[in-house]
Amino acid sequence: MAKESEVSAPTAPQQPVIRLRDAELRFGSRVLWHDLDLDVAPGEFVAVLGPNGTGKTSLLKVLLGQNTLSAGTAEINGSTVHSGNPAIGYIPQQRGIDPHTPMRGRDLVGMGIDGHKWGMGLFSRGRRKKVDELLAAVGAADYAHAPAGTVSGGELQRLRVAQSLANDPSVLLCDEPLLSLDMHHQKVVAALLHEQRVKRDTAVVFVTHEINPILPYVDRVLYIVGGHFLVGTPAEVMTTESLSRLYGSPVEVVRVGGRLVVVGGEEECVDHHHLHDEDLAPEGAVSR
Amino acid sequence: MSAGEIFANLFTFEDYGELVALLANSLIAAALLGVVGGLISVFVMARDIPFAVHGISELSFAGAALALLIGFDVVAGSIIGSIVAALIIGVGGAKASEKNAIIGVLMPFGLGLAILFLALYDGRAASKFGLLTGQIVAITPAQILTLIICAFAVLIVLAVVWRPLMFSSLDPEVARAKGVPVSALTIVFMLTLGLAVALSVQVVGVLLVLALLITPAAAATQLSASPVWVPVLSVIFAVTASVGGILVALGSPAVPISPFVTTISFLIYLVCRLVGGRRMKSLDRRRAARAAAEHSASLTAA
Repeated sequence: MAKESEVSAPTAPQQPVIRLRDAELRFGSRVLWHDLDLDVAPGEFVAVLGPNGTGKTSLLKVLLGQNTLSAGTAEINGSTVHSGNPAIGYIPQQRGIDPHTPMRGRDLVGMGIDGHKWGMGLFSRGRRKKVDELLAAVGAADYAHAPAGTVSGGELQRLRVAQSLANDPSVLLCDEPLLSLDMHHQKVVAALLHEQRVKRDTAVVFVTHEINPILPYVDRVLYIVGGHFLVGTPAEVMTTESLSRLYGSPVEVVRVGGRLVVVGGEEECVDHHHLHDEDLAPEGAVSR
Repeated sequence: MSAGEIFANLFTFEDYGELVALLANSLIAAALLGVVGGLISVFVMARDIPFAVHGISELSFAGAALALLIGFDVVAGSIIGSIVAALIIGVGGAKASEKNAIIGVLMPFGLGLAILFLALYDGRAASKFGLLTGQIVAITPAQILTLIICAFAVLIVLAVVWRPLMFSSLDPEVARAKGVPVSALTIVFMLTLGLAVALSVQVVGVLLVLALLITPAAAATQLSASPVWVPVLSVIFAVTASVGGILVALGSPAVPISPFVTTISFLIYLVCRLVGGRRMKSLDRRRAARAAAEHSASLTAA
């Protein structure tokens, strides 16, 4: 599959969906990142990469209005970020759901439409139709009536995609949405997200440890390491030279069967063993 | 004593009709508490905090025992005790595991206080026992009025916060991202839970509150995951247990109400569990079938 756009920065004079200027985030005396400038154009797919604890999820929380920048500005569609912004769709890190949780797949999606409103919520044909459309768009109609705790991880993430699209957001913020999926379903869900963002011209900011499942679709990469960062196309950022400079130590980017493997940089942080396991999987070639 | 004699000691259905008429107010209160319990228990299940119900009931017990000791209204005492507990638990920890630790610390403290107050109290022993096992047939019309007012307060609050509370209970991260005031709703819910516990204590007593505030929805979620059917079934189960328990207990002067309420509640759960086990197996089979179909489709495509 070809990339949507070969342009790394938006050239059209359209307003960016996300606009960060001199953004700095600190917790106490610890600065996670600073002087971050980033414009995300409508429909653009931006991957946010980097070791654990570098403030990738915190960046999403800034955009969600849950973390406050210590300096600089963050805007979505031209207005300062704030909590409960309907322009945002959010896919959280996956966590298990008990099979007896009183929620079906379609209820998960429906809560994305009007779960934040007060009152009981009366039956509405329009709402049901909207839920059906969302379920159909992600191919989840088959198991929409099953309890959400009884569907597979891949199926749940399809439901999550449908939920995040419920209010026709202009940007999807995804926090490691592929984390607990097997290789096949990582590709399926990534392709689904790509398909929907192209169809709806929704920008995607995708926090991940693992770029390979989304590599075919990514327009730009924001790579954060220890307060420093790089922004550019995957071809610009995901190179031995760029990442060595960013990490400040020798890092090698190896291309194995169409997949990118970063050797060296990840070793300075814990909890990344699973990543290497995935990288070694033999069926992992991404067709490009 | 033969089984027949035991049964004869347990049950006499003489003057049954008159007893029912006499206790009409208690029955209405029990039905209302069944509705409250059935609805609250849905959220207890959705938030996965059954242990909190137990913790709150122990402090409710302490509050009631203190009220008994100092000659204050017992219903009001148990309401204050449970609301204090609910607030501590609600503010204390965001995660279920943190909450559990706080509750585990709170529970023995509450029980200890209650035992202290009861030991100091030198009034009727039946009043002490009533706190443990429920006393809805013994409470005064004024107390029943308090119960009814509190029950309606809980129902009104639930009606207003229903959707965002459900959202933040089932899916807190996305709810917060959508601007739902998740933390504030937690406090609101813990307060209504505290009230509901205090009300249920009157029917089944401190030790058996779980029968009205957990079991109904636990049974209902065995049968369904629908946002409509789970509350409806849960309310039906809770009302059946609370009203049914009183009706059966009326024929049994020797035994308090709570064993009948808990037994009915338990039997309902048992039946639902048996039916629900088959439902789970069939859901598992369907998931496996979908996975197999998807796999063969991807093989064909490749």
